[in-house]
Amino acid sequence: MTSEAVAQSRGAAAVEALSRRHRLRLIELLPWLAAAAAFFLFPDYLPLGAQILVNILFALSLDLILGYAGIVTLGHAAFFGVGAYTAGLLAAHGWGEPISGLVVAGLVASIVGLASGAIILRTSGLTLLMLTLMIAVMLQEAANKAGSVTGGADGLQGMKVWPVLGLFHFDLFGRTAYLYCVAVVFLGWLAARRLVHSPFGRTLTGIRESEARMHAIGSPVFRRRLTIYTIAAGMAGIAGALLAQTTQFVGLEVLSFERSGTILIMLIIGGVGRLYGAFLGVPLFMIAQDRFAQIDPVYWDFWIGLLLLLVVIFARGGILGLYEALTRRWARRP
Amino acid sequence: MGAAAMTFALETRALRKSFGALAVASDIDFRLERGARHALIGPNGAGKTTFVNLVTGALRPSSGAILLGGEDVTALPQAQRVKRGLARTFQINTLFRGLSVIENVCLAIGERLGVAGDLYRPAGSRRDVVESAYAMLERLGLADDAPRRVRELPYGRQRLVELAVALGLDPKVLLLDEPAAGVPSSETGTIIEVIEKLPADLALLIIEHDMDLIFRLARRITVLVQGAVLIEGSPQEISRDPRVREVYLGEQAHT
Repeated sequence: MTSEAVAQSRGAAAVEALSRRHRLRLIELLPWLAAAAAFFLFPDYLPLGAQILVNILFALSLDLILGYAGIVTLGHAAFFGVGAYTAGLLAAHGWGEPISGLVVAGLVASIVGLASGAIILRTSGLTLLMLTLMIAVMLQEAANKAGSVTGGADGLQGMKVWPVLGLFHFDLFGRTAYLYCVAVVFLGWLAARRLVHSPFGRTLTGIRESEARMHAIGSPVFRRRLTIYTIAAGMAGIAGALLAQTTQFVGLEVLSFERSGTILIMLIIGGVGRLYGAFLGVPLFMIAQDRFAQIDPVYWDFWIGLLLLLVVIFARGGILGLYEALTRRWARRP
Repeated sequence: MGAAAMTFALETRALRKSFGALAVASDIDFRLERGARHALIGPNGAGKTTFVNLVTGALRPSSGAILLGGEDVTALPQAQRVKRGLARTFQINTLFRGLSVIENVCLAIGERLGVAGDLYRPAGSRRDVVESAYAMLERLGLADDAPRRVRELPYGRQRLVELAVALGLDPKVLLLDEPAAGVPSSETGTIIEVIEKLPADLALLIIEHDMDLIFRLARRITVLVQGAVLIEGSPQEISRDPRVREVYLGEQAHT
């Protein structure tokens, strides 16, 4: 082959690769196989499994704004909490239909995302970080003060969630709750996957890589960021609603700084900006937390801290980043 | 037709930008004709990059007006100016470093074609975007680098990607901020060749230090000193002007 032909074939390969990137690879189905297997293998751990699924959806929504659009937030629990309280209040006041509850919770959370984003996304860096934190703190304090509505520090009592689709009752073993979570998180994953592979999703990556250049190619950067912030807020709201419906309880903790921070840590452990970081980081963190808490009930926080430290030092891109680096090294070998 | 011939691709009227008492652009009247090959030169700190930032909208002027194709765009944000045919490159590479070369160009073309806001269809299925990005890379001799990440390319190749991204916008006015900055002299020729081959109706404004490059490419030159226009003329007039020699060419000769 002449060098020109080689160049042409390489270029053509690049065009081909780009047009194929959004196609589903088999390995992307792995989390769902694992979720199905866990249902049969660990029947005693289904409530933990449901919590893991809720946090996967929550972390996935965080990945959309942090990993793709590069918006660092310490207050993502604001939207999770708004969703949880929305679904909780609906179910406590006579409307326990779960699916419409999720939809309403997602809408309310995305409205809060749109309204707060319209203000805070005009800032950047440390100011933005502090504002995200402040909004979550303000909401938590508001929920605390409005005790007559939210139950305050005691939590929201008296939720009655109806059977899913009018058929599947939430049972004591958490089977329905688990499968309901699998279904909702699966749909959330499909939507997020669509989004990141869409032209809009690529422009978010562009904003993360170089905001100045995005302005220079005529991209409405603020509008793009506000759009993804609104979508991610809605998705976080659905995650919160899922927690409320499956546990039939909402506490102030859903709006807490700890929740915002922990989900960030889980995502960082898994890998940011790769769509599947949530699917690795969340189970790893929560299962480790569960194990450590049993082995060493007093100092389990220390072991989690150590895990995070190792990730930050040895795997800057999280587990997925480490995996990518290793496969690249492997591919370079003759 | 007569009226259209009177309008300029780019025009600034009494453009001024000051930070407190410091005027970094003072009453700049500047006109760029269709198909112009115009250079903006001046010593360091003359306000060349400030001028570019005012024109593109990255900075707001304190007073004065900016017109694109006869239309006042002074109040418009950057994105709206780009939609009206204004593109720029950066003095220091400002690219999507983690993305492949072809995707860098795809982003620009996607914005131009108005498909970038699409939330649903996969980006890769837009064959028109991907293929015109590839055609652009072929035009600049970058086809071979299409799948490589920008940050893996040598700096000189990255300069070409700078041009490819800007050209992907199919601009009417192109501002080149020191297109050969940081490029080894052995590779400057490639960049000059690419610029020479640009469409004849494209209005080109080149901000540059390299006098060889300016005299090869420019048919008009504006000299900026301390935020104000010192003189404008043909390359011959500029090189003969004693004031220019004093403030600019003289300084170059010393280095």
